[in-house]
Amino acid sequence: MSTKRIKFTFPQDMVKRPVIYELSKNYQIVTNIRRADVRDDMGWVVLELEGQEDVITEGLKWVVSTGVRVDPIAGDVIEG
Amino acid sequence: MPHVKSLQCRECESTYPVEPLNACEYCFGPLEVAYDYEAISQSVSRDSIQSGPDNMWRYHDFLPVEREAAIDISTGYTPLIHAKNLGRYLGLNNLYIKNDSVNPTFSFKDRPVSVTTTKALEFEFEVLACVSTGNLMGSVAAHGAKAGMKTMVFYPSYLEQAKIDGAAVYGPTMVAVDGTYDEANRFCSELADNHRWAFVNINMRPFYAEGSKTLGYEVAEQLGWKAPDHCIVPGASGELHTKIWKGFQEFHGAGLIERSRTKMHLAQAEGCSPIVEAYNMGSNQVRPVKPNTIAKSLAIGNPAAGTYSLNVLRETSGTAVSAYEDTIIAGIKLLAETEGIFTETAGGVVISSLKKLVKMGHIGKDEVTVAFITGNGLKTMEAMGNFVNPIKTPPDYEAFQESLSTQSNGTSEIK
Repeated sequence: MSTKRIKFTFPQDMVKRPVIYELSKNYQIVTNIRRADVRDDMGWVVLELEGQEDVITEGLKWVVSTGVRVDPIAGDVIEG
Repeated sequence: MPHVKSLQCRECESTYPVEPLNACEYCFGPLEVAYDYEAISQSVSRDSIQSGPDNMWRYHDFLPVEREAAIDISTGYTPLIHAKNLGRYLGLNNLYIKNDSVNPTFSFKDRPVSVTTTKALEFEFEVLACVSTGNLMGSVAAHGAKAGMKTMVFYPSYLEQAKIDGAAVYGPTMVAVDGTYDEANRFCSELADNHRWAFVNINMRPFYAEGSKTLGYEVAEQLGWKAPDHCIVPGASGELHTKIWKGFQEFHGAGLIERSRTKMHLAQAEGCSPIVEAYNMGSNQVRPVKPNTIAKSLAIGNPAAGTYSLNVLRETSGTAVSAYEDTIIAGIKLLAETEGIFTETAGGVVISSLKKLVKMGHIGKDEVTVAFITGNGLKTMEAMGNFVNPIKTPPDYEAFQESLSTQSNGTSEIK
């Protein structure tokens, strides 16, 4: 089992979709939300994922395919 | 001993021991260094600072490392220039340029990297690492060399050769990462989680960020122990903006200057302006963007300190502005032609944004205003394009006189 700390950013058209529930249900990933700010026009959730490493990788690919942005919790680490 | 109490979460204020950590275990918020300000106030004075070295280590009391152990390539105490020519052009009598492009690796990054490298040795790391598209990699490579550390520099494989060479000369291990920007970003974040390396702006971020405070200290000292009325700071992660402000606040807390009423303005490029967009919408949420700007050193689409930069804008009544992409080169040339300072594209963003702020009426003509120039123009020559149109002449005096009278190559908008 491995864990991954991650940030999801939801665009307006994805705010109402239960993406985290679907991720947990369809990929057997334990989701543990630590901080969030969700509004009508956008939202972000910082959470920890726990599961098999390859399953987490597949799950995150699916999340990206829905239009939700996936980032490390530290934001962009590439600097100029 | 440095006057450090602990690390503290910027969100929930949980405290942690001083270790190479960057995220809170409870809320995953970012950590920063918490100091014993009473002890600092007792140990520091204007005299003690003025008797220190002519570099950033004169402010060691405010930094989270031992002065004696500093990995110092003589960074900081860079010139603060009264920009009379540019000021005259803009209608400002008290405009100053903080020229941080004259640091050892020609950018302000030497400040945070100097602190981080020192701390990395203190933590007994053997490897210093970063992921960068320019200024940071050169600075990490130079400091790693000075410290005698094994140094790993990761960069996106599409990077221009000149930038790669500028870091490679110091002898680090260079790693070109294939894939998109986002993929490289995620990959390096995972590397930091899985190796005991000092990744300067990931697991060492709390210490890294502290180095930028020295820009604020220097400006206040160089202005005669007072903070300016306005600062114009380039915005990438947003951290430089917050740390210059923190520098002014800490100087006030230590009794070195009066309370700062500085308006902390932020300048981003139009093609990557997530903080400006949030500011304009009155939001405290920063929406990540895909960068598309010639100001590559500011091309951070998901800024780590974006919300804290918004807080500083609100707290200081600062304004966030974006420079139109087609004005960035004009900004570079304007600074070069008026003050003899050749800056990189980030500096072009600052000068273009300064013009905008003046036009918007945010800066009074007699107010003390400091524009921060953070990198050297020779680093971004590719962005300048082919702008030289020389007068052509045979090697003959009469012909030269004729050429001079019939050809014009004036490029300055102020001449």
